[in-house]
Amino acid sequence: MAEIKFIRGYPEYMHELINIVNKTRMKRKDYDPPAMSKEEREEVLKLHPDYAPGGKRKISIGQNKGDRGPNEVVDLLEAYPLIEEGEIDLSKVDYDVDILIIGGGLAGTSAAIWANNQGLPPEKILLTNKLRHGDANSMMAEGGTQAADRPNDSPLIHFLDAMGGGHFANKPDVLKGLVEDAPLIMHWLSELGAMIDREENGEFTEKWGGGTCRRRMHACRDYTGLEELRVIRDEFRDRKISCLEYYPVIELLTDGEGRAAGAVLWNFETGDYKIVKAKATILATGGFGRLHIRGFPTTNHYGATCDGVVLAYRVGAKLRDVDTVQYHPTGAAFPPQIIGLLLTEKLRSMGAQPINKDGEAFVFPLEPRDVEASSFIRECYIREKGILTPTGMRGVWLDTPLIELKNGEGTIENAFPGMNRMFKRFDIDMAKDPVLVFPTLHYQNGGVETDPEGKTNIGGLFVAGEISGGVHGKNRLMGNSTLDCMVFGRRSGIYAAEYAKTVKRRGKLSLEHMKKYVNMLKKAGIKPERRAPILLPEYRGKAVLARMIDIF
Amino acid sequence: MKEKMSIMDRIAESNKSVITGIDEKDIEYWVTAYIMGKAYKVPAGLTIMQAMEFAGYRFVRSAGCRAGFCGACATVYRKAGDYKLQTAMACQTRVEDGMFLVQIPFAPGDKAVYDINKEEYNVGTLFKHYPELARCVSCNTCTKACPQDLEVMDYIQDAIKGDFKAVAKESFDCIQCGLCAIRCPAELVQYHIAQLARRMYGRYECQEPEHLKIRLKEIENGNYKEGWDKFLNASIKKLEKLYAERDRESD
Ligand SMILES: Cc1cc2nc3c(=O)[nH]c(=O)nc-3n(C[C@H](O)[C@H](O)[C@H](O)COP(=O)(O)OP(=O)(O)OC[C@H]3O[C@@H](n4cnc5c(N)ncnc54)[C@H](O)[C@@H]3O)c2cc1C
Ligand code: SF4
Ligand code: SF4
Ligand code: FES
Repeated sequence: MAEIKFIRGYPEYMHELINIVNKTRMKRKDYDPPAMSKEEREEVLKLHPDYAPGGKRKISIGQNKGDRGPNEVVDLLEAYPLIEEGEIDLSKVDYDVDILIIGGGLAGTSAAIWANNQGLPPEKILLTNKLRHGDANSMMAEGGTQAADRPNDSPLIHFLDAMGGGHFANKPDVLKGLVEDAPLIMHWLSELGAMIDREENGEFTEKWGGGTCRRRMHACRDYTGLEELRVIRDEFRDRKISCLEYYPVIELLTDGEGRAAGAVLWNFETGDYKIVKAKATILATGGFGRLHIRGFPTTNHYGATCDGVVLAYRVGAKLRDVDTVQYHPTGAAFPPQIIGLLLTEKLRSMGAQPINKDGEAFVFPLEPRDVEASSFIRECYIREKGILTPTGMRGVWLDTPLIELKNGEGTIENAFPGMNRMFKRFDIDMAKDPVLVFPTLHYQNGGVETDPEGKTNIGGLFVAGEISGGVHGKNRLMGNSTLDCMVFGRRSGIYAAEYAKTVKRRGKLSLEHMKKYVNMLKKAGIKPERRAPILLPEYRGKAVLARMIDIF
Repeated sequence: MKEKMSIMDRIAESNKSVITGIDEKDIEYWVTAYIMGKAYKVPAGLTIMQAMEFAGYRFVRSAGCRAGFCGACATVYRKAGDYKLQTAMACQTRVEDGMFLVQIPFAPGDKAVYDINKEEYNVGTLFKHYPELARCVSCNTCTKACPQDLEVMDYIQDAIKGDFKAVAKESFDCIQCGLCAIRCPAELVQYHIAQLARRMYGRYECQEPEHLKIRLKEIENGNYKEGWDKFLNASIKKLEKLYAERDRESD
């Protein structure tokens, strides 16, 4: 792009706008706009993609018929399966196991280890992945993991924080499990050798997270998820638990009596299928960012396409709170190569302020995520004080040099190595210049309804992690989802193992549920235009797609 | 026309190029990239990953997080007229004119199997599991290959010396992409060695924090039972009140 003149990574006109931010920085250093009142919050929230008119509709079939969900999710629930019944031979079983785990993020990988701890042999546990083991949202967690382990904190206070954050829609018994097991999970991670940030005296370093009244955020620099998952995955490999990669599940199997009994896997490269028979099945497929709900970019990994929710719904599992989507206020809006990628909340908790085109701080930096995100939308689209990028996006500045000013030079490089590196790759120095941000689609708050043991309403079917619904209510707090994955990964692994031990007689594998579902679709007048799960988003160039022919 | 669109529609419109692909008519500058030897005209300013998609490739392998964390998108390239063989993460690198690109979909690397609880915390453990450590010829090729700009050779040298702390610190940002191992003339798998060293360091150098020990004991002893009885039987109204009355610890 040598044709446009860039100065320190920004086109000339943006660079000039940065000078306005530089001019007001010293004045803003000790001043944050006050937090909004309840009424002000309610007003600005009308601009939030969850509440702004449109974007949702009622689900017309199945367990949650009549509930509302984002169009993009309902589209997938109201879609036809990828396979047809007669096409699949269920008589030849390729893998006969005690537990099938679908999805190897933090939730699925933890589940496998704890099922093994419960006495199931490693070859009787099978973890299957759509992509590589570890190509997952879990790898990307930057900010941290909550656990109430300091003396002035307690699981009860953690519980209240999460309840308030979730608009009191959380399932209390499930949430109790989350907060009460949190210290145990920190103990487990330490024992496995995870390098959690420490103070000089050996205690954990614990930072603030939005919506909490205590400091309880444990981090591993800004690579928290990377460190947690690579350590847990290493342990998983040490146990020699069976693992498949590039084998997405395309349909669950039942035992003819409505219980989950395994799955149909599909080899992503050769196109043939495999049949897994399992006494218990754990779905841990993560979230749905790649559905780009309401046209938002996302922080999520390539495979975050809502597959698990679709599969579970077809066998009759109940969903909850799928109508609420978490948008993170600070997704990258520039450069175009990284649009939507996450700039952690920790930047604001360490002093970075959101700034408009005129160099003004316009919002308290640590409002709840939905409020903060809505205020950015207002600044850009109502007050017209956003900054226009060369690709037509609008955003506001996040004044990162303030972090250095407030905490000392070098703070950014030490505390945010990953992010610093990302911007450096595009010639931007976030210690010297602000970065441009706009809300990005971040997290699936609801999902398949779970109980404190990870059980669903379907016999033999467990869920853990981002796919599940209930623990976070209508809004998750930062640091509670990596925790969720490890707590309920562990619990689902344990309880699925116990369940598997009780399964004696097993019915014949069946796709009866799929047949029924297709009938429901037909009865509801839904045309076979869409198929799901979609497995991956479509990003190929339009011109190429238009001329593609299927002959080989 | 713009006036009639809702804010949500306007936002969706402005994001279209990243979600449903860039429109050819909006592209001002083009570059030519060679994907496995074949020339494609692609918009300037995309990442290598986006450029390959624009050209019609649909990734199954070599794309994971799309954000520089998972190491799935290791890429090797040469530029016309330059002898250097270069490495990059496709999701984090701008495509350039004249790049000859290939993805490394998979890096074979044997991982040792161990029980972290039973290993001895000394250099012998590293050599026991990865005897090839001794083969390092200090050529620095790994360091040059690392897309995270880590001092890979240095951490391997620290491993040879048994300095766990140094390995742990220096290798911490490793995304296990495999590029160092693919280039190493001594056939080391640096990222597995570093993983073992970090786990040893985390397990044996960092003692369990006192606060954590106390909290675990409290939970085990059922100290919070009364509180839970109160909370789990409380009405939403009551919980809302308790929430509003929380005290916030000072900064
Ligand atoms: C950028 C980013 C930053 C975050 N930061 C934080 C943070 O600081 N703190 C925090 O607590 N949380 C954070 N989160 C949220 C948290 O990381 C995730 O919610 C959590 O890790 C999800 O874990 P999971 O195991 O449920 O799913 P994932 O980690 O996404 O794993 C699911 C796996 O299942 C696979 N899969 C999907 N479909 C199929 C299929 N059909 N068949 C087989 N496999 C399939 C996927 O490919 C993936 O590998 C962040 C999330 C993102 C994206
Ligand atoms: S050390 Fe090796 S595996 Fe790790 S990031 Fe660098 S090149 Fe990749
Ligand atoms: S590439 Fe191999 S031999 Fe060369 S310095 Fe690195 S580890 Fe040693
Ligand atoms: S796709 Fe994960 S690092 Fe590039």
